[in-house]
Amino acid sequence: MLRFLIRRLLMMIPLMLGITLISFVVIHLAPGEPTDMQTQLNPETGVELRERLRAQYDLDKPLLVQYGSWLGRLVQLDFGKSFSQDHRPVGEKVLERLPITIGINLLSIAVILLVSVPIGILSATKQNSGFDRLTTVFVFIGFATPSFWLALLLMDVLGVRLGVLPISGIKSMGHEYLGPLEQWLDTLRHLILPVFVSAFGGVAGFSRYMRSNMLEVVRQDYILTARAKGLGERAVIYRHALRNALLPVITILGLSVPGLIGGSVIFETIFAIPGMGKLFYDGVMMRDYPLIMGILVIGAFLTLVGNLLADLGYALADPRIRNA
Amino acid sequence: MPDPYNTMTEMAASGGGNQFWTALRRNRMAMAGAAIVAFMSLLALLAPVLGQSPEYIDVSLQLSAPNAQHWFGTDDLGRDVLARILYGARISLLVGFVAVGIATLIGIVLGALAGYYGGIVDGLIMRFVDIMLCFPSFFLILAVIAFLEPSIWNIMVIIGLTGWMGVARLVRAEFLSLREREFVQAVRVIGASDARIIFRHLLPNALSPVLVSATLGVGGAILTESALSFLGIGVQPPTPSWGNMLIVGKQTLGEAWWLSVFPGFAILITVLGYNLLGEGIRDALDPRLKD
Amino acid sequence: MRFCMVLILMLVLLGGCRKSEENSSAAAPGPESLEPVKGDTLLMGSIGDASNLLPVLASDASSSDINGLVYNGLVRYDKELKFEGELAESWEISEDNLTFTFHLRKGVKWHDGAPFTSADVLFTYELLIDPKTPTAYAERYLQVASAEAPDPYTFVVRYEKPLASALISWGFAVHPRHLLEGVEITQSPLSRSPVGTGPYRFAQWLPGEKVVLESNPDYFEGEPNLRRIVYRIIPDESTMFLELKAGGLDYMGLSPLQFDRMSDSESFRKKFNKYRYPAFAYTYLGYNLRNPLFEDRRVRQALGHAIDKQELIEGVLLGLGQEATGPYKPGTWSHNPDVKRYAFDPVKAKALLAEAGWVDTDDDGLLDKDGRPFAFTIVTNQGNDQRIKTGEIIQIRLKDIGIEVKLRVIEWASFLKEFINPGNFEATILGWTVPIDPDGYNVWHSSKTGPGELNFVGFANAEVDELLEKGRRSLDLEQRRAYYYRFQEILAEEQPYNFLYVPETLPVVSSRFRGIEVAPAGIMHNLIDWYVPLGLQKYAR
Repeated sequence: MLRFLIRRLLMMIPLMLGITLISFVVIHLAPGEPTDMQTQLNPETGVELRERLRAQYDLDKPLLVQYGSWLGRLVQLDFGKSFSQDHRPVGEKVLERLPITIGINLLSIAVILLVSVPIGILSATKQNSGFDRLTTVFVFIGFATPSFWLALLLMDVLGVRLGVLPISGIKSMGHEYLGPLEQWLDTLRHLILPVFVSAFGGVAGFSRYMRSNMLEVVRQDYILTARAKGLGERAVIYRHALRNALLPVITILGLSVPGLIGGSVIFETIFAIPGMGKLFYDGVMMRDYPLIMGILVIGAFLTLVGNLLADLGYALADPRIRNA
Repeated sequence: MPDPYNTMTEMAASGGGNQFWTALRRNRMAMAGAAIVAFMSLLALLAPVLGQSPEYIDVSLQLSAPNAQHWFGTDDLGRDVLARILYGARISLLVGFVAVGIATLIGIVLGALAGYYGGIVDGLIMRFVDIMLCFPSFFLILAVIAFLEPSIWNIMVIIGLTGWMGVARLVRAEFLSLREREFVQAVRVIGASDARIIFRHLLPNALSPVLVSATLGVGGAILTESALSFLGIGVQPPTPSWGNMLIVGKQTLGEAWWLSVFPGFAILITVLGYNLLGEGIRDALDPRLKD
Repeated sequence: MRFCMVLILMLVLLGGCRKSEENSSAAAPGPESLEPVKGDTLLMGSIGDASNLLPVLASDASSSDINGLVYNGLVRYDKELKFEGELAESWEISEDNLTFTFHLRKGVKWHDGAPFTSADVLFTYELLIDPKTPTAYAERYLQVASAEAPDPYTFVVRYEKPLASALISWGFAVHPRHLLEGVEITQSPLSRSPVGTGPYRFAQWLPGEKVVLESNPDYFEGEPNLRRIVYRIIPDESTMFLELKAGGLDYMGLSPLQFDRMSDSESFRKKFNKYRYPAFAYTYLGYNLRNPLFEDRRVRQALGHAIDKQELIEGVLLGLGQEATGPYKPGTWSHNPDVKRYAFDPVKAKALLAEAGWVDTDDDGLLDKDGRPFAFTIVTNQGNDQRIKTGEIIQIRLKDIGIEVKLRVIEWASFLKEFINPGNFEATILGWTVPIDPDGYNVWHSSKTGPGELNFVGFANAEVDELLEKGRRSLDLEQRRAYYYRFQEILAEEQPYNFLYVPETLPVVSSRFRGIEVAPAGIMHNLIDWYVPLGLQKYAR
């Protein structure tokens, strides 16, 4: 097990190198340059400014040289400075947006799991019942509704017409004058709509996986054996079937680790939440190379760790794979 | 056009025979889904016969509510919303099919190879999956759109090329546990070829999670297109897609309900239809589920 | 099916809610004082976050809005768009128009208490021309021959040639020398927490969330009435509008749809005041004049007749705009109202095209010449809805007279790099903002047609070159008006652009704010005089 772990960890080094090199080349080859974005179509700018900026950003050097110096800094955990007009360190820009993004994502994953695991189990054990059908249609409606559309409808109804929930942002005006508990409640109130909308869309996937895994598991031989032993239905379902049915869910959870920091630009745009998705999107649109690279590296690292965790979890839960 | 359902139903049919269709037909929700899918496809096919011109502009009619002339009203340039929904169906359905077809095919092939052979093959393929997963698909989409034209074909291909990793991992996971099962060992002892084991014995048994993910995927691709439209990088005007129509609806939210309700429901119902149908197929395919 | 019932239920709920809106809307009219009073907060909606609060480094609209309240220049435009002193009490221009002497206001303090002197102005100038400063504004200051600060309240600049825009270039924000000298400008903490001399002091910046400004009690024109101004960053315009209606914003710029169709209810009018006035901007269809298709002036004129500008204004702006005839804003001193206009006249358009050799010889509905059909592609950038809609309408209208137009909408960065900069396009729909000074040298002079320069349509006209040279070197308003009138006549005749429309700026402000005055400069010119009567004040802190 330890060898497996060490081997996988060592594998991550060439992987990271490959990923960063590919990303670096791809984003630099994509049309458009950060300097264009800052100088273009501004009647007051001369062409020489662009050359000046290009030199400041090292964009006039060969691509591999740029990559080398970028990598050199990265090894010292320096992500460089943003090419946008604020010239701030990339690490700082990312760090200030991480908490809210991770917070919202954890909340919605928790909500999704809380809702979809019971739905999945119940609709599997009562296959083709009214409950099964109703939840099927319900979770699919959640999945099938374009999220920004749903978000705006809810904002209009709950925020404007009924006035019961805040519409956007994560804090009210005057948040800083509230007591600590009230501050928490205030933020929580702001998070209800975003978390609900993102969870509503995600329940379908999870609960369906849960249901189909459960359906498969309850028909396995060992479940039949357990039943034959005379175990109660509850014990069969919850002690034996559930554990195995949760297996693929581990894979899915592992896959969502990078999503934790990824954020969704659409959500963050609609709800005016300053998160990672918007930061990355704006970075790509502005061709802010250091920022894009920084986020891709962090994302890639977390993805690899997430995959590793998923595999580990799998191995722990299913002894057959451990030796593979 | 690669169609995931045909491929899969053929494979299943070779193993399961006619029972599949009987089972499917007995599933009322699946039939409802099939009806929706068929209806929408028919509308898309008949768009030129049924509708008016989706691009004809009459500014004097802009934002008229549904009426006898324009059943679904008109949009912000006075174009017929019904006609645009019908033509939009072509685009949105095509996006769903092609994207998922590409994603599923790649995912199945790579996942099956990795899961069946294990070892170095598995290591290489899974590292490739890891690398692909490390790029946010949105970043890849953007890179491609920047390189190529943001044409609808490019959008479909790129949604497909960035969406196969989940399928691959699922297929591989299934294969990993399936290949240890007794019946596979038995077939191997008889001397069946690898290809035969993979396609006849392993794949049909590994398909159910893939099917679930593929059905969610068709809907997902339609939704992805609308999300790209939200960012302004989806199917570009004047070509109508449900996604870019919904954006106009969003801008007039609370004023011109027909501009968000009709395209919104078109997306909702179609995605729902695909998912119900897919679920039904899954149940009908699975030999172990027949009670 | 069950989900239908759910949906019907949802619709019923929506309908039910719509009714309740009318009941909850009544804003209680409190006791009002007519005297302006201090207090309350103005919440402004902003699509984008600020990027940098050092004006020398920022070129985005959000940063400029904020910087405009934090910093002052030596001079500014007043509400009638005439020059007035800001940090300069007065100024003199020498007989030869080459020397400018500014007499600075005494007793002005930076927000940190340090005194403001001419050394700050000199420092700002040196900062602007320093090659190490990545600024977009260097060009005008590089034309300065010498600058000096003979005493703490006098600042003198000399030019080698007269420059019409010289005076307004000293309206640029003055930066504090005592905080920036000897610091690498891009690393200065002031870019995140600025120190200026303006009516509002910087208080707080939560990136992506909001920027908070507080009134400056020591402001030299008196402390502003509104205690606090908050820019809330809301990237989506639909969300912003909902936030406005829910009371989370006091100010935003409306889209034509929101202005015309979505803000007409009784309750909205009670809670908000809407304003409309022409924007300092226009949208145009630019032809790549290097392309043989658009070489013939008659073709460009024909396209002028084939496009119905009124239809564009109705369709795209819902009537909230006016026809553009040239690169200046109607009603300003440089705008020539009597240039040649191109009435919508498809028959005349076809006749002109036939004259130029374009006729439908093979009856395929498309005009052709030398066996080549008349077809071209209009490119525009993603994210600007009005331009895309404009393109869609133009596409239909040109199809009517037998011209096939393809519309390509391209993401901004690649749009610039791949299409506009290298001149790799046939026609493009874009817009310019109109500076108050009419100097159009960078956009229209034939020397500015190189890759990456602003005359990307490749317009070259010897007379225009001369007029532009003369126009930017003269400080005599009447003389300049004559030059620019003629310049507009030539543009109207030559049609390098089809000047389409001038949109309107459509701000909306919560009705509790008083003292707002619409003027040629817009409504923000007297922000420091806005106030909220005591009984209506919403935010105590």
